[in-house]
Amino acid sequence: MLRYFLTRLAGAIPTLFVIVTLAFFLIRAAPGGPFDQEQTLPPEIMANLQSAYGLDQPIWTQYGRYLGALAHGDFGPSFKYKDFSVTELIGQGFPVTLELGSIAMALALILGVPIGTFAALHHNSAADYATMSLAVIGIAIPTFVVLPFLGLLFGIYVHWLPVAGWEPGSIRHLVLPVVALALPPLSVIARLTRANMLEVLRSHFVRTATAKGLPLHTVILRHAMRPALLPVASYLAPAVASIMTGSLVVESIAGLPGIGRYMVQGALNRDYTLVMGMVIIYSTLLILMGLVVDLLYAWLDPRVRLER
Amino acid sequence: MAPILSIDDLTVSFSQPNRSIFAVRQVSLAVAARECVAIVGESGSGKTQVFMAAMGLLARNAAAAGSVRFEGGEILGASPPRLNGIRGSKLTMIFQDPMTSLTPHLKIGTQLAEVLVCHAGVSWSEARLAARRMLERVRVPEPERRLSQYPHELSGGLRQRVMIGMSLLCRPQLVIADEPTTALDVTVQAQIMDLLRAMREEVGMALVLISHDLGVVAGLADRILVMYAGRIVESADSAELFRHARHPYTAALLNCIPSLSGPRLERLPTLPGQPPRPEDILDGCAFAPRCPRAAERCRMERPLLGNENGGASRVACHFPLPP
Amino acid sequence: MNSLVVDAARRLRSNPGAVCAMFVTAGLVALALFGPAFNPNGSETLDWLHVASQPALQSAHWFGTDRLGRDLFARTLEGTRVSLAVGVVASAVSLSVGISYGAVAGYVGGRTDHAMMRIIEILSGLPLIFFVIFLTVIFGRSESLLFLSIGAVGWLTMARIVRGQTLSIRRREFIEAAVASGAGTGRIIVKHVIPNIIGPVIVYATLTVPQIIMFESFLSFLGLGIQEPHASLGTLIAEGAGEMEAAPWILLVPGGFLAVLLLALNIFGDGLRDALDVKER
Repeated sequence: MLRYFLTRLAGAIPTLFVIVTLAFFLIRAAPGGPFDQEQTLPPEIMANLQSAYGLDQPIWTQYGRYLGALAHGDFGPSFKYKDFSVTELIGQGFPVTLELGSIAMALALILGVPIGTFAALHHNSAADYATMSLAVIGIAIPTFVVLPFLGLLFGIYVHWLPVAGWEPGSIRHLVLPVVALALPPLSVIARLTRANMLEVLRSHFVRTATAKGLPLHTVILRHAMRPALLPVASYLAPAVASIMTGSLVVESIAGLPGIGRYMVQGALNRDYTLVMGMVIIYSTLLILMGLVVDLLYAWLDPRVRLER
Repeated sequence: MAPILSIDDLTVSFSQPNRSIFAVRQVSLAVAARECVAIVGESGSGKTQVFMAAMGLLARNAAAAGSVRFEGGEILGASPPRLNGIRGSKLTMIFQDPMTSLTPHLKIGTQLAEVLVCHAGVSWSEARLAARRMLERVRVPEPERRLSQYPHELSGGLRQRVMIGMSLLCRPQLVIADEPTTALDVTVQAQIMDLLRAMREEVGMALVLISHDLGVVAGLADRILVMYAGRIVESADSAELFRHARHPYTAALLNCIPSLSGPRLERLPTLPGQPPRPEDILDGCAFAPRCPRAAERCRMERPLLGNENGGASRVACHFPLPP
Repeated sequence: MNSLVVDAARRLRSNPGAVCAMFVTAGLVALALFGPAFNPNGSETLDWLHVASQPALQSAHWFGTDRLGRDLFARTLEGTRVSLAVGVVASAVSLSVGISYGAVAGYVGGRTDHAMMRIIEILSGLPLIFFVIFLTVIFGRSESLLFLSIGAVGWLTMARIVRGQTLSIRRREFIEAAVASGAGTGRIIVKHVIPNIIGPVIVYATLTVPQIIMFESFLSFLGLGIQEPHASLGTLIAEGAGEMEAAPWILLVPGGFLAVLLLALNIFGDGLRDALDVKER
């Protein structure tokens, strides 16, 4: 198992390297960008840049310094917020986004799998068609349409939940954003689970389990669930990507102070270092998730595990 | 004594977008306690579906009519909870393909023990012990090690032994074995049949053997039923059938079994033609197109299963073979 | 191949959801293109008398007006046109890139194929959306950049599929015959390989278009896509979100249009895929 993990890790590092290097050279190539000598910037920012990047040194030395700084988690100074470094901003925003994203992911799994299983068990019934139609809607309609709609419905017409804003520790403010964020992955997971469960329920070993007189819940939970969920495990990495993308929109609309909102603000403000830092963070997260999912997959399927 | 399993006028049909396909047509049979009955027929003859219906394992688009009684109680169309009280404990089934019939991600020990935990209400550790003893009885070497292994780590023959053991854990009244050796090597086939014979003597359950191969069931069956195109065409004691088959189809099947004694043949005898597809509606005798003895009457009027001379054998033919 | 089309059309016809979706899509497109002819209001005209007025069928503005008095119906139709245009053009770009890339990789095979596929693997692992945002920060928000980067989103899957199909076709006899008769590699690809992979390509093309429209709307919503004075549905929805409490219809009208458009495209694409791919049963 360990060897498998290490090989996968080794495969992921070049990708990360490419991203980091691309980011470095792209920024320096930007016309009218921060490193363009024509640029007139406030003196404080200029001073920050000089000290952080050593702009008068040859490019390869700068690259080396850049890599070194990254290894220490230093993303450089922010372009717009004079007093903050990118690392600090990330540190502030990350816990919020993490909370939002993990609750959404958990919700997608906790609701998606049972819904898909239910639809499979009641194949071709009205309930089946109804749930799968809702799933199509969940996938097709973008988050930035769903969240305002939900806000309109629950925040303005019925005044149940706050539409935007955030207080530390508040749950009410998280409800609508989490629901909007979880909806697309939830729908995909429900559809995947249903399709796989239908197939697994037709397999010979499920027939054997039924013939053994085991009650339905045992047959499903103990015999059918694992094989049915394997493909769902493969979906986890794209699901995380979907949630990360969605968080940009959700945090912006709902005014949640997470890194998603910083990213969007940074893009609008042309805060190069901030956006670069975000891109690297998001890419790293995604690659890590890919690794975790691979490991999960290997653990779930004993045939894969024993071959390693 | 009342039969353990009694099937009356069972008909199984599958519904498709345009039509219904009848896989089993008005089949009636009975299995007495401790008896071994073989059901023989080609694939598509409906022999497996009869017992899928009995076990409540029919596909979603299947419909069954008629009556299936186990130990006196009607089980056809019974609710799943009621069926679960019977199957796996008193009425068990062994399936054809041991490769795919065991759950790949569960250990052998778990799959065996759960039968006892579910039906006998014992604890997992007790069940595991009983499972181990059962593995010894079905002659699986190194039983303790096998308990912790996964199905893909065992050979086909071993897996089938596990399935047999699984079916015997609760001392069933009736075991249905659906082509238990078809997916196995020839050498292993003989071992498995020996095992079934030994278990029958030890446990004393009734046994239904479903097979397409008369030769395989020869040593074990008390009675043999021959099915063709969804109906039973002949039913006789095993010895009587082999000595003297009445139905032309049975005779042809017997003819196909290569014999060690007798002259060496240039080609193996085969039966010309194909069995009719279930969706083709049949007037008259279904075997008529391929039967060397067929006459006009055979094509017009379907022969009913009846016995001549009041004996135990029954045959559905207008012109059964003379003794 | 003709029988394939006829067979697929029959199966598609028996799928009421997909057929309905197809008509809805056609209807929306027709509305976007010809609607303005029926609407006396232009999308740019500011009607100071009816600023932020509610939708009412009797009034001059059926769907109401926005903060500046612009007719919402006209604006929404224009937004639909822009979104559709971007969707179609960017899809065409990504499809051509994907098909060419995949066909070459699948046909040439060997180490070239291996290398090309590795590149796709690496690119698939990246969150492209973030990269696109990064690029807009660096190079500014030009609309040609927008088209290119949006097109960059969809071509990966198409390349994979085309490569797979090409690989399986390459081994068949008629390709050998063509090679034997001296046809050049390029000619073979264009005349023989491509016509035979049309089926799955069409299916994924229909699924790519909504993906791309979604992506463009996403960028426009955040303010990184289509810029003023042009407006796509994404920009309109962003405006609407800001006015939600006072004038919800500014959000609901373009939001509804986008939702229906994407839904119809997705359902139709799904139905098309079911009809063309027998295995999906």
